[in-house]
Amino acid sequence: MNANVGIGARVKRKEDRRFITGKGKYTDDVRVENQAYAAFVRSPHAHARVKSIDTSAALAAEGVIDVLNGKQLTGDGIGNIICGWAITSKDGSPMNMGPWSALATDRVRYVGDAVAVVVAESAAVARRAAELVEVDYEVLPGVSSAVKAMNKGAPQVHDNAPGNLIYDWEIGDAAATDAALAKAAHVTELCLTNNRLAPNPMETRSAVAIYDESEDHYTLYTTSQNPHVARLVLSAFYNVAPEHKLRVIAPDVGGGFGSKIYIYPEEITCLWASMKTGRSVKWTSDRSEAFMTDAHGRDHSSVAKIGFDANNRIVGLKVDTVANFGAYMSLFSSAVPTYLYATLLSGQYDIANIHCNVRAVYTNTVPVDAYRGAGRPEACYLVERIIETAARELKVDPAELRRTNFIRSFPHQTPVIMNYDVGDFDANLEQAIKAADVAGFAKRKAASAKAGKLRGLGYSSYIEACGIAPSAAVGSLGAGVGLWESAEVRVNPVGTIEILTGSHSHGQGHETTFAQIVAERFDLPIENISIVHGDTDKVQFGMGTYGSRSGAVGMSAIVRAMDKVEAKVKKIAAHVLEASEDDIVIEGGQVKVAGTDKAMGWHEVGLSAYTAHNLPPDMEPGLKESAFYDPANFTFPAGTYICEVEVDPETGAVRIDRFTASDDFGTIINPMIVEGQVHGGIAQGIGQALLEQVIYDENGQLITGSYMDYAMPRADDLPSYSVHHASTVCPNNPLGIKGCGEAGAIGSPPAVINAITDAIGNNNLSMPATPLAVWKALQAAGK
Amino acid sequence: MSKIHVTTTVNGDTVEFLADPRETLLDCLRDKLGLTGSKEGCGTGDCGACSVTVDGVLVSSCLVLGVEAQGKSVTTIEGMDKDGELHPLQRHFVEKAALQCGFCTPGFLVAAKALLDKNPDPTETEVRYWLAGNLCRCTGYDKIVRAVMDAAAEMRG
Repeated sequence: MNANVGIGARVKRKEDRRFITGKGKYTDDVRVENQAYAAFVRSPHAHARVKSIDTSAALAAEGVIDVLNGKQLTGDGIGNIICGWAITSKDGSPMNMGPWSALATDRVRYVGDAVAVVVAESAAVARRAAELVEVDYEVLPGVSSAVKAMNKGAPQVHDNAPGNLIYDWEIGDAAATDAALAKAAHVTELCLTNNRLAPNPMETRSAVAIYDESEDHYTLYTTSQNPHVARLVLSAFYNVAPEHKLRVIAPDVGGGFGSKIYIYPEEITCLWASMKTGRSVKWTSDRSEAFMTDAHGRDHSSVAKIGFDANNRIVGLKVDTVANFGAYMSLFSSAVPTYLYATLLSGQYDIANIHCNVRAVYTNTVPVDAYRGAGRPEACYLVERIIETAARELKVDPAELRRTNFIRSFPHQTPVIMNYDVGDFDANLEQAIKAADVAGFAKRKAASAKAGKLRGLGYSSYIEACGIAPSAAVGSLGAGVGLWESAEVRVNPVGTIEILTGSHSHGQGHETTFAQIVAERFDLPIENISIVHGDTDKVQFGMGTYGSRSGAVGMSAIVRAMDKVEAKVKKIAAHVLEASEDDIVIEGGQVKVAGTDKAMGWHEVGLSAYTAHNLPPDMEPGLKESAFYDPANFTFPAGTYICEVEVDPETGAVRIDRFTASDDFGTIINPMIVEGQVHGGIAQGIGQALLEQVIYDENGQLITGSYMDYAMPRADDLPSYSVHHASTVCPNNPLGIKGCGEAGAIGSPPAVINAITDAIGNNNLSMPATPLAVWKALQAAGK
Repeated sequence: MSKIHVTTTVNGDTVEFLADPRETLLDCLRDKLGLTGSKEGCGTGDCGACSVTVDGVLVSSCLVLGVEAQGKSVTTIEGMDKDGELHPLQRHFVEKAALQCGFCTPGFLVAAKALLDKNPDPTETEVRYWLAGNLCRCTGYDKIVRAVMDAAAEMRG
């Protein structure tokens, strides 16, 4: 067997050669003939009525091809941008989705809302001409805080959403939870904000739209995590072109983290503008446009109560959450604070009674949608902050309080939909405790104290639902799409293999990991296998990459297609070698009759399939199979993270002394790539905990619009990570994979804040724990 | 606005282009010379994705005008391997999987090479501070730091 490239091998990434030599091909690197460039005219106001748009000066500028506005766009039948997941309020009413046109016609609702587009001969000319477009605005009062937007008299973002309320939704049994809390021996209450974040993939969004008049056909190169979903939505809802007349290509994509799931106004507008102008139209976001217009993440305000009996066993958890949705409902926004959030509030604990109420609220800010973890970080932060807080109040060791309440019997049905299939939460906790040398913490704390520093330690035992998702289940919960994945395995006549997958790699290393499972299955050199993705003309269909689904769902589809290929290979070989199919084995580049010297080369089987000179009766020629895989359940990656910090009481500066992770991802294909996913997730989680915060002023003016205002984690801010695995195999997919893409971002923020609050002796600390925030908390605690 | 004729050396080759005096060196490299390995991550000198060296000095090419390259020697990521033979930094980035989406990677490699040219034996802290001018959203930096340390050790022999 091909042990050095198969499952579990640290194979070097096949895709890296092009990246390290500067040969990666990202959307902005695409060069086409006759290229024109787009620049958007954007609202400088958070909320205003558009009274008139005067494009005459811009149109007259040299090099300007056309200036187009929202009335022309809607006049051409381009549809409004939609949210693809219907949530029903607890009173049975549907969610209030306000209209969102790719170019605003009469009203703008956030800073950056586009009202017109300039198409010109160069990007610089387009940008300068955009400044010549005169828009007469009647400025309206705006609101940026979701809590304030619910107040009486607050500015109304959409006429059809009174009180700015999109939905008022609940899950769980309110009465039973209230009763459990009323009888509890101890109740801990906590108010939490989950800070608003900007995803910030290093490659900004970009589009190259090409309209071919002779074929009435469109091609869109774009920065997408799911090009087929983009094509589907552009066709079915935005009426840009029918699917068979639209090709979407997502070439190398420079990170996504959720923000490149959605189909934004700019991509729609570029396609339409390419038809209007007869030119290929290119647009690349600059970083300040990215801060203004990429969907943000998080932005929850919650109040939570957890009750314990006299034996410190949890009896109930009650949560009330307000979620800021921004000015419009983005594609999956409605699912994030509901089915991706409240369904995870049981954490790793056996809790009989849970109730959560969520109000989704419009504000005059950019839309909020999934960002790495999407709802699950918010749930984990709430559960792991409140359990650590409770441990302090109950004066028990926080690890012990977790052990007291861990779920130990599987499958486990929580009161909030999820059915955990498998896990060993103790194994992860104990592994992390050992690796973090918790036993030596007291000694280190004393040493820090001697040096005038405060040392603290915090835990986080996270669980998440990944492998998104069983189509019928999400359909019953309101999803507008199925969340299966597709794959095609093509064995060429010379025996090389192409895997066409609907998953999309934008940093995850699919070209390597996916090839590993094929190399192992057919015992072939990994060089003979290539992975094709990101092009709707090549790959039959796909739902794309998000929700840690490419392993558990995308690779499962490949396995199913390989099953079919293997069956056909065995049939062909049995026929040619005059043996029984059951005796055929595939190994070492050969297809053999077990226990004999009869064999044919793998490539000979491929050739036989295509020459078709000697195939079994009734067998079709060729050797390519496809599969659609629909998962049976979510997967449940889980683990424990331990963060140890040292705080300088003079300045409030926090230094992360050590960060230890023990994860259960199920089967791991390439440990080196998986470690990288964990590292990156933890870095984003530490960024949320210590540094990052999108700030709007009260009226909705964006304050953090550049890297000078929004603190991204840098190499000198972050520690080395101590990453470990204690795994249970997922029973619900053929490879036993749970997924690893989001765990780091989900599990780490509460570990960091629990550590800091432990160090400073004040639990009243919000993210991001900047030196000023920590210093203030220290002053408040009198330290 | 009339364009200015620029003659400069890029990765050892003499090249010429016509630049609008307002155009950045980054745009000239990408759009006029087809060297798209240098990336724009912010356009304000905060992320380092456009890092190149000009006469041996590490710069953000988004903050340098194309016309400033006149008579200078510019090196970019495309000049890092020698006839297909990878620089030790490039090899160790692959060894350690010190990249994911790859977008920031050219800038990190150029910046790391500038560090090792100056300081062949940096401490981890020195590596972290030097590379603090480069943003990576994927890796959390640890594998990048290890790769640079390993490359430095190999290059010292």
